[in-house]
Amino acid sequence: MWDALDPVILARAQFAFTISFHFIFPSFSIGLASYLMVLEGLWLKTGNGIYANLYRYWLKIFAITFAMGVVSGIVMSYQFGTNWSVFSDRAGPVIGPLMAYEVLTAFFLEAGFLGVMLFGINKVGKALHFAATCAVAAGTFISAFWILSVNSWMQTPVGYEIGANGQFLPGPSWAVIIFNPSFPYRLVHTVIAAYLTTAMVVGAVGAWHLLKDRANPGARRMFSMAMWMAALVAPVQIFAGDLHGINTLEHQPAKVMAMEGHFDSHPTGAPLILFGIPNSQEKRVDYAVEIPKLSSLILKHDLNAPLAGLDTIAQNEQPPVGIVFWSFRIMVAIGLAMLSLGLLSLVARARGKLYDWPLLHRLAVVLGPSGFVAVIAGWVTTEVGRQPYTIYGLLRTSDSVSPLAAPAVGVSLLAFVIVYFSVFAAGGWYILKLMAKPPQPHESAEPVEHGPIRSAGITPAPAIEGGRS
Amino acid sequence: MMGLDLTVIWAGIIAFAVAAYVVMDGFDLGIGILFPGFKVGSERDMAMNSIAPVWDGNETWLVLGGGGLLAAFPLAYAIILPALYAPLIAMLLGLVFRGVAFEFRWRDPAHRGFWDAAFCAGSLIATFAQGVTLGALLQGITVVGRAYAGGWWDWLTPFSLLTGISLVIGYALLGASWLIWKTNGPVQGDAHRFARPLLIALLIAIAAVSAYTPFLEGKYYQRWLSYPGVMAAAQMPILVAIVGYLLWRSIGGRRDGLPFMLTLMLFGLSMMGLAISIWPDVIPGRVTIWAAAAPVRSQIFMLVGAGVMVPIILAYTAWAYWVFRGKVDESGYH
Repeated sequence: MWDALDPVILARAQFAFTISFHFIFPSFSIGLASYLMVLEGLWLKTGNGIYANLYRYWLKIFAITFAMGVVSGIVMSYQFGTNWSVFSDRAGPVIGPLMAYEVLTAFFLEAGFLGVMLFGINKVGKALHFAATCAVAAGTFISAFWILSVNSWMQTPVGYEIGANGQFLPGPSWAVIIFNPSFPYRLVHTVIAAYLTTAMVVGAVGAWHLLKDRANPGARRMFSMAMWMAALVAPVQIFAGDLHGINTLEHQPAKVMAMEGHFDSHPTGAPLILFGIPNSQEKRVDYAVEIPKLSSLILKHDLNAPLAGLDTIAQNEQPPVGIVFWSFRIMVAIGLAMLSLGLLSLVARARGKLYDWPLLHRLAVVLGPSGFVAVIAGWVTTEVGRQPYTIYGLLRTSDSVSPLAAPAVGVSLLAFVIVYFSVFAAGGWYILKLMAKPPQPHESAEPVEHGPIRSAGITPAPAIEGGRS
Repeated sequence: MMGLDLTVIWAGIIAFAVAAYVVMDGFDLGIGILFPGFKVGSERDMAMNSIAPVWDGNETWLVLGGGGLLAAFPLAYAIILPALYAPLIAMLLGLVFRGVAFEFRWRDPAHRGFWDAAFCAGSLIATFAQGVTLGALLQGITVVGRAYAGGWWDWLTPFSLLTGISLVIGYALLGASWLIWKTNGPVQGDAHRFARPLLIALLIAIAAVSAYTPFLEGKYYQRWLSYPGVMAAAQMPILVAIVGYLLWRSIGGRRDGLPFMLTLMLFGLSMMGLAISIWPDVIPGRVTIWAAAAPVRSQIFMLVGAGVMVPIILAYTAWAYWVFRGKVDESGYH
C-alpha cells in the first residue's frame, strides 16, 4: 500500500508532523520558564506569598510541558539522520557544531537544573533554588538561540565553502555563519512569540477563574500580569514581524510573493490582498479583496514602489502558494487579535474594571490557545515558503533525503502519529485538569496523595504562612 | 595518521558521551525494566523517586551522542541512522513513553497502572533497541559511496538479538545495584534478590557476545587474536571474572554503594572490549574516523565549546547528584 506513495513526501510529512508537535512545547516552556523566574524573583524580593503560590501553580504545569518537550525533542535530533541523511552529510560540518553547542550550552543546563527546580527547594535553600530557576529559563533561551541560528543559516546560507566531496564546509568565520542575515529577525520574532503564547495561556487561565470568582487573588494577579504582557509585547511583535518580512523580501523574495499572493509583478505599486483563494493553475487569486498599493507601502515604505511577482521566478523554484498565503494570514489575524486584547485590557485597567468585565475575560479565554496556532502558522509560512530547498538556493529538498523506501517512512510516520496523539493528548488533558483548578491561597505542590518527592513542598512552609496574599 | 590529532580527540569525546549515557541512563532504564518486580504503591514510588530528579540530565547524553556524531562525524551519522532506521525509531518511541510516565503517573492516580506499564515497556523497548543497534553496527552494514545501501531489515540477525538481550540484562543489573545503593527496606530487598541472577545472566551474555564477535568479520579476529590485541584478549576474561566475583560477594554486603561501582566496572571493561574491536573505525569495517571526520575548522570550533562546557556540565551534574545524595524513601528525601 505504501509503494504508491512518494517517500520524499512521506519524509517531509514526518518531519513536519514531529517538528510541529514538538514546537508546541518549547513555544510554551520558553515563556513559562521566564514567567516562573519572574514569579520567584518577585517572591524573593517582596516576600508576598501570592507569588510563591503562583509559582507552585505554574510549576506543576511546566513540569508536564517540559517532559513532553524533552521526549519530542530527542526525536528531532535523530530525524535529521534517519530521514535526511544526505542533508546531514552535506550540511553537517556547518550546522552540526551549532547543534552541538545547543546541547552543550542549553540542554544540559536545563536538564541539570530542572531536578533542583522541581524537587530541590528544601535541599538547597531559596537563593540557590532561584538560581536553578534562572538557569532553566536561560537554558530555554540559549536553546532557541542556537537552533534558530541553524534554521536561519538554512534560509540564508552565508560564510561557507563547498568541499571537493560536495560538503558545505565552514568558512574562516563562525560569527558570519551564526549571525547570518535572517537570524536576528527570526530569533526576536520567535522568542517574543513564545512570550506572547505564554501570556495568552496565563491570561486565559486567570480569566477563566475570574469568570467564576472575581475575588480570587491568584487569578487576579496572573490575569493582570498576562494582560500587561499582551498590551506591551503584541505591538512590539507586530513591528518585529514587519522587519522580519522586509528581511525576507531581501533574501527570499519568492516566499514573500507567495505570502502576498502576488502571481504578477506590479511595476507601479502592489496591492495588499486581504483575502482570496490563490489559484496556482491559473496563476491568479480568485475572489480577491485587496487594498491598492498597500503591499508596496508595507514592504517598501513607498506607495508606488515596484514589486516583482512569481512571474519572475522559474516554475520549479516556486513554493506552494496556497499554504503559504493562508498560514501567513492566520498568523497575522491572530497577532491583530492579541493586540486588540492587549489594548482592551488597557482600557479596562484605566477604568478600573480589569477584574470586573466578563466580556474581556471571555475574549481572553477564547484567545488562550491562539498563540500555539499563530506560532505553528508562522513556521508553516517560513518553512513551506522556502521550498523547494532545504538550504536555500543550494540544496533541494528532493536531493536531501535518505535512501528511503516508502514503507519504512510510512510505517514510522504512522507510529509517530498514533503515539504522539495518544501520549500528548493525555499530557494536554492533565495540564487542562491542573488549569481547571483555581489557584489556592496555599497552593500545594502536589495534587495527589503519594506525590513525587516534591510532596514536602517546594517552598518552606513558614515562608508561605508568613506571606501575604 | 594514528597520532593524537583532532579527529582522535573527537572520537574520544563521542566515546565518552556514549559511555556517560550508557552508565547514567542505563540505571534509569534498568529501573524501568525491573519496575513490574516492585509492589504497586510505595515500593514503585520509591524506585521512581530515586531517579526522578536526574533522569532528564542523564538522557541529555544521548542527545550529545547523536548531535555530536552529526557535528564531528557527519558522514557516519548520515550512514548509520538510515541503516538502523527501525531500531532507532523504536528506541525514540520507547523513550517517549517512559519519559512522560515520570510526570503522568502522579497526575492520574486512576490510570497509574497504565503509565507504570508504559514506563516499563518504554524502558524495555528503548534498551533492547539500543542493544540491537550496537549489534547491527558490529556485524557490519552495507555502504556504497557516501550512503547506506542495505535493506530495511539487515539489522535483524541472531547476533543483534543477542546484543539486544544482553543490554537489557546489563541495564537491569545497573538499575538493581543503583537501588541497593539508594534505597532501604523492601525495595532494597527486592533489588538484592534481582541482582544475583542478573549478574549470572550478564556474565553469560558477555561471554556469548565476546565469543561471537571475532567470527563476525575478519578484522575482529585479527584485532583480538594477533598482537597487540591478543594481550588484551588474554586479560579481559580474567578481569571480567574477578570483577564478577567481587560483585557477587558485594551483593548483600554491608557497603551499599559497592555493587553499583563494580557493575560500572563491568560496563567499563565491556566498553573497553568494544573499543578494541572497533578502533579506529567509526562504522566498523567500513569507514574510519578520519574518513568520516568533519573539517578541521568544525573540529576546532567545537573543541573550544566542549573544552569549556563539558567540565562545567560535569561539575553541575555532580552538584545535582550531590543535592539528592543519600537514601530515598517513597515520599521524599531525608
